[in-house]
Amino acid sequence: MDKSEKLALSLSGLLLVVFFGAIMYAAMAKNIEVPTCITDMDPFTTDTLFQTGPDSYELQMVARMWAFQPSTVRLPVGSTVDLYVTSQDIIHGFKIERHNVNLMAIPGAINYIRVTFDKPGEFLFACHEFCGAAHHTMAGRFIIEEGGS
Amino acid sequence: MSEEAFRFSKSNRTLIAVLLIIPMVLLFIGVYGGLMQTLFRAGIIQSDPFVGGDYYKGLTFHGVLNAIVFTTFFAVAFANALIPYSLKKALNSKVAWTSGILMLVGSVMAAIMTMIGEATVLYTFYPPLKAHPLFYIGLTLLVVGSWVASANWVPMYLTWRKENPGKKTPMAVVGLFTTFIVWFIATLAVAVEILFMLLPWSLGLVDEINVMLARTLFWFFGHPLVYFWLLPAYVMYYVFMPKISGGKLYSDMAGRLVFMMFVVFSIPVGTHHQYMDPAISSQWKLLHGIFTFAVALPSLITAFTLAASLEYSGKKNGGKGLFGWMWKQPYFDKEKWFFAYLITGLLIFIFGGIGGIINASYQMNTIVHNTAWVPGHFHLTVAGPVMLAFLGGSLYLISQFMNKEVRLKTWALFSPYIYTIGLLIMSYGLKIGGLMGMPRRTNTGASYANPDSILYQADWMVYINLTVVGGVIMFIGIVMYIASFFTTVFSKSKEGEPVVTFPISEPLHDEPAPWLRNFKPYIVIAIILIVLSYTPVIYDVLQATYGGSPPFSPDSPVPLR
Repeated sequence: MDKSEKLALSLSGLLLVVFFGAIMYAAMAKNIEVPTCITDMDPFTTDTLFQTGPDSYELQMVARMWAFQPSTVRLPVGSTVDLYVTSQDIIHGFKIERHNVNLMAIPGAINYIRVTFDKPGEFLFACHEFCGAAHHTMAGRFIIEEGGS
Repeated sequence: MSEEAFRFSKSNRTLIAVLLIIPMVLLFIGVYGGLMQTLFRAGIIQSDPFVGGDYYKGLTFHGVLNAIVFTTFFAVAFANALIPYSLKKALNSKVAWTSGILMLVGSVMAAIMTMIGEATVLYTFYPPLKAHPLFYIGLTLLVVGSWVASANWVPMYLTWRKENPGKKTPMAVVGLFTTFIVWFIATLAVAVEILFMLLPWSLGLVDEINVMLARTLFWFFGHPLVYFWLLPAYVMYYVFMPKISGGKLYSDMAGRLVFMMFVVFSIPVGTHHQYMDPAISSQWKLLHGIFTFAVALPSLITAFTLAASLEYSGKKNGGKGLFGWMWKQPYFDKEKWFFAYLITGLLIFIFGGIGGIINASYQMNTIVHNTAWVPGHFHLTVAGPVMLAFLGGSLYLISQFMNKEVRLKTWALFSPYIYTIGLLIMSYGLKIGGLMGMPRRTNTGASYANPDSILYQADWMVYINLTVVGGVIMFIGIVMYIASFFTTVFSKSKEGEPVVTFPISEPLHDEPAPWLRNFKPYIVIAIILIVLSYTPVIYDVLQATYGGSPPFSPDSPVPLR
């Protein structure tokens, strides 16, 4: 390999190392993670929302052809939600607008992420995995209200 | 070594022509589907003459025909042409035809099942959506056919090595063997998924299926699949492009290193498609992310080596200064129309590669996963460099193997440029739309892009409309290509006994690199990495899932049994 080739190779490697460092920084320092494997949650077939602390909630959401249950969730600003999602039938998925939440809803498995809503507004989540004829109508909203409960 | 002629038997020439022409017809059906999708998504049409109102049926055959059928056929036809050519050995016609017929029968079966609406499961065929058993059998035959084809090449290569001790294997052969080594390992997983899970379940022999396990096996196959698409394009970049541009390949060793890195890192990366899935621990997702970064390295080396090769040819042709060589390339040389298909693909791949690194970046995937960003990204890869190289390659091969002069050369020359303009516009629309939250695989025209719907998203519209503009331009580019391809096919053959030649580049820097001469150690490392990276993933999936899923049709929330 000649000099310029070695340089290009090293710079390419360095670039990837820097990118990787950024990922680790986001995970460690900013606590931005991807969903992980959970085994401590019992399977559920109906949706539930309940308060677990002053600003914290647990939401068990069920996706089915072709609706999310619940499809509208009202919460006060500043709420932190432990969000559990599963599917009753086939694969669904959603991403909450302007939040770091993106989950696949898969039958036979429970997905989990924690999310904090620190701004008021309406946040759409649209089903983003093909789930049959009416897939494009499957959506819901988080409505985050000022003032709160 | 360059531009040596080689004679193929008549039977083999016919086979290679068939393996190019039939998929080209299927490709065009798929491309039509693609155009319709942009119109559906924008709400411009609610039905089209071919699939009626079923957007998702059209989306299934767009994906299956363009991404799976066309690519697999081209890779096999290309290897059937280039491996015997490079090793100067004759193809065994019986093996080659058996493989070709299996692939054709399988593809036609899968295509018919899709067209009659019995397999509206998209090209990822995730259970528990169920397709007709013949759809799964068809895909199996396509894959098995491609395996049979390699029964021709492996003995050919082993004999050649025995006869040529100490000689370097031609780069084209290294690249194509890499392609099929990756393909073979990857398709083992999808074969297990189809033969032991989907097919018996679809036939009703078993009641339920583990959806997460099937999905994980699919992605074991699904990501290396993209390298199976990309690697034949890399062969054309490394082997043909420097020669066509009037120069040499900058570094022989770099090319060989790149291919071996693909053998090692192509497969233990699939879970990066499942970052947002349940039932897989995040540390294993991160491990697959690290390997994905490793597999980005050969593409960065490729960017350097190819640019250096073009710089060499450009300077030889009188290019001055730092960037003068860029203007001394045969962009608009009618006799070198093939160059246009390769250079446009490389340009597009800059954006495709950046997008790929973003997708692979672990938690950054949260922003883009399953949004319109993803089709925006993979149209810049598989529908960019891969598709353009395969179209250029198909036209070159058909002219060689049918002994014809390429017709409508001006159209063939401008087609990739027009297509590229359309593609960049369409992908921009999809990607920005995706960042705003627009889902992929969704008939937005019936909801999010319909002003009468409560789901209407006014701020997505400009990006959805951009995809229409881009899609129409892409379609025009393809029509120009198809016109040239079929006019060539139906034109009169040239006089005389047909001989085949390929533009084979010589290396500028040629090092012996003995450590890059044998696939074996790299295959062993690949297998070790696959076992290390997939054992914990499969363990997690088996441990954290419960129950099983009965089959569903896309039309009803009630299971089929």
